[in-house]
Amino acid sequence: MAGSSANAALAALPEIAKAGPAGTGGDAPVTARMAFTVNGERRELDLDLRTSLLDALREHLHLTGSKKGCDHGQCGACTMIVNGRRINGCLTLAVMHQGAEITTIEGLGTPDALHPLQAAFIRHDGYQCGYCTPGQICSGVAVLEEIRAGIPSHATGDLTRAPDVSEAEIRERMSGNICRCGAYSNIVEAMTAFAGDPSSRSQA
Amino acid sequence: MKSFTYERPGSPAEAAAAVARRPHAKFIAGGTNLLDLMKLQIETPAHLVDVNGLGLDRIEDTPEGGLRIGALVRNTDLAADERVRRDYGVLARALLAGATGQLRNQATTAGNLLQRTRCPYFYDTAQACNKRRPGSGCAALDGVSRQLAVIGGSEACIATHPSDMAVAMRVLDATVETIDAAGAARTIPISELHRLPGDEPERDTTLEPDELITAVTLPKPLGGAQVYRKVRDRASYAFALVSVAAVVQPDGTGRVAFGGLAHKPWRVEAAEGELPRGAKATAEAALAGAHPTPDNAFKLALAERTLGAALKQARA
Ligand SMILES: Cc1cc2nc3c(=O)[nH]c(=O)nc-3n(C[C@H](O)[C@H](O)[C@H](O)COP(=O)(O)OP(=O)(O)OC[C@H]3O[C@@H](n4cnc5c(N)ncnc54)[C@H](O)[C@@H]3O)c2cc1C
Ligand code: SF4
Ligand code: FES
Ligand code: FES
Repeated sequence: MAGSSANAALAALPEIAKAGPAGTGGDAPVTARMAFTVNGERRELDLDLRTSLLDALREHLHLTGSKKGCDHGQCGACTMIVNGRRINGCLTLAVMHQGAEITTIEGLGTPDALHPLQAAFIRHDGYQCGYCTPGQICSGVAVLEEIRAGIPSHATGDLTRAPDVSEAEIRERMSGNICRCGAYSNIVEAMTAFAGDPSSRSQA
Repeated sequence: MKSFTYERPGSPAEAAAAVARRPHAKFIAGGTNLLDLMKLQIETPAHLVDVNGLGLDRIEDTPEGGLRIGALVRNTDLAADERVRRDYGVLARALLAGATGQLRNQATTAGNLLQRTRCPYFYDTAQACNKRRPGSGCAALDGVSRQLAVIGGSEACIATHPSDMAVAMRVLDATVETIDAAGAARTIPISELHRLPGDEPERDTTLEPDELITAVTLPKPLGGAQVYRKVRDRASYAFALVSVAAVVQPDGTGRVAFGGLAHKPWRVEAAEGELPRGAKATAEAALAGAHPTPDNAFKLALAERTLGAALKQARA
């Protein structure tokens, strides 16, 4: 897969070589075919190589759940789960994710069948305007997986032991998700409730 | 963002050759620094060579009792590795003090070392910056320099290196392994990877453009108490104003490197002899010849106090 996209990109090289001033990046788009699985569905797209994973999903697949806050890795509104890990969709190119399994908020739950963390956010008022919320929830689901997998954080006291689900751990691990409305304490409550719910384990 | 072409080679030698073959080609790993800069047109590569398919994502034991960390090992995985947590605590702590969970899941060992400065004028393309545009001047010299270097700077540039991980790598005496387009391998002590700005601030490191980092090797564990202490403007998700990586032995001897002070992780081996005498003596020796601006002179006092706190933590 990666190979064919690379070839597509390379085949387009003469155009770009003409477009750019003295060999630096140019203005004419170079496109390539990209294929990945989004929320369980295989998707294929011909996209400008410059397209971030976030823009591929929002602008081209019309999955607008993931939000663009800053487009520079500074806010976490674009957090999505790629091959089981949360990343910032804005700071990665779609073409670098050939064959990846991507989960966005749309894949975690639906209005009729909420993910338990979504339900917990509602119960605990984990938002006001809701703009940061899809990113918070994708991040939150992954954070609890990270703690279960034993991945340490800055808040972990003893590095040789497994981290626990504490308020300090949740606050530190969620620091990459900024909430302009300041719903932080309710977000911590929602996550704590979700983490303590045994039925949550298989839901991620 | 300027347009570019893209390829994803399958071996390190091919990747280096791919960058050498084309003008203005660059490696891309996690992309968390390069793409950020490309969006701002601070970096305008014409060709990207994706290094994620090179199989450089393992952490192996070395015959010398150390660890060989593949260039593509993610920051999260390095910090979570059992051996790193047990034997190189200062490295795990430095990694975990940097960026966020999302970013560490993407960021790689090599990319972290090679991330560019966070000098605000470097980021603002309307400003003069010798690092971004050689010969254009340095807006920081007469500007807001609170975050910038207090030592090792030049008339051309007073930027700092922003990495936390690199400070720990420096205190551990890591070595960087590279391969170039001709297939030649080279081993660079971490002390010689990052440069001081001098009159060529556009060059952050001593690497050639087609030189691919393949691995970073740690010597056998040093033991002792290992501490990474970072002072920043908020409790999480911010770059260091000052940081201290320290390895302290029970007899009070040890090693110390500082972050946030210079264009490279700042370690003065000759000053480490002062460690048993405490933070003041050590910081004075390590930071002799500092040349702060009125905006950032506070970093000198802060460095001494951060070292003091780190030594106290090491004794606890
Ligand atoms: C909001 C935000 C906050 C952050 N906070 C911190 C922080 O507190 N502390 C901290 O230390 N860092 C911080 N970072 C920076 C982050 O750690 C770096 O962006 C990351 O480590 C870069 O790694 P990467 O793999 O994504 O590099 P890339 O962006 O892929 O590459 C960076 C550079 O390295 C080159 N390169 C990559 N791999 C190789 C290789 N194998 N050989 C040769 N060249 C190579 C690329 O060409 C490029 O020039 C922050 C970043 C953001 C966006
Ligand atoms: S300090 Fe360096 S990076 Fe900052 S404006 Fe001056 S030359 Fe540019
Ligand atoms: S939009 Fe990606 S971090 Fe802000
Ligand atoms: S709920 Fe408004 S930004 Fe978080």
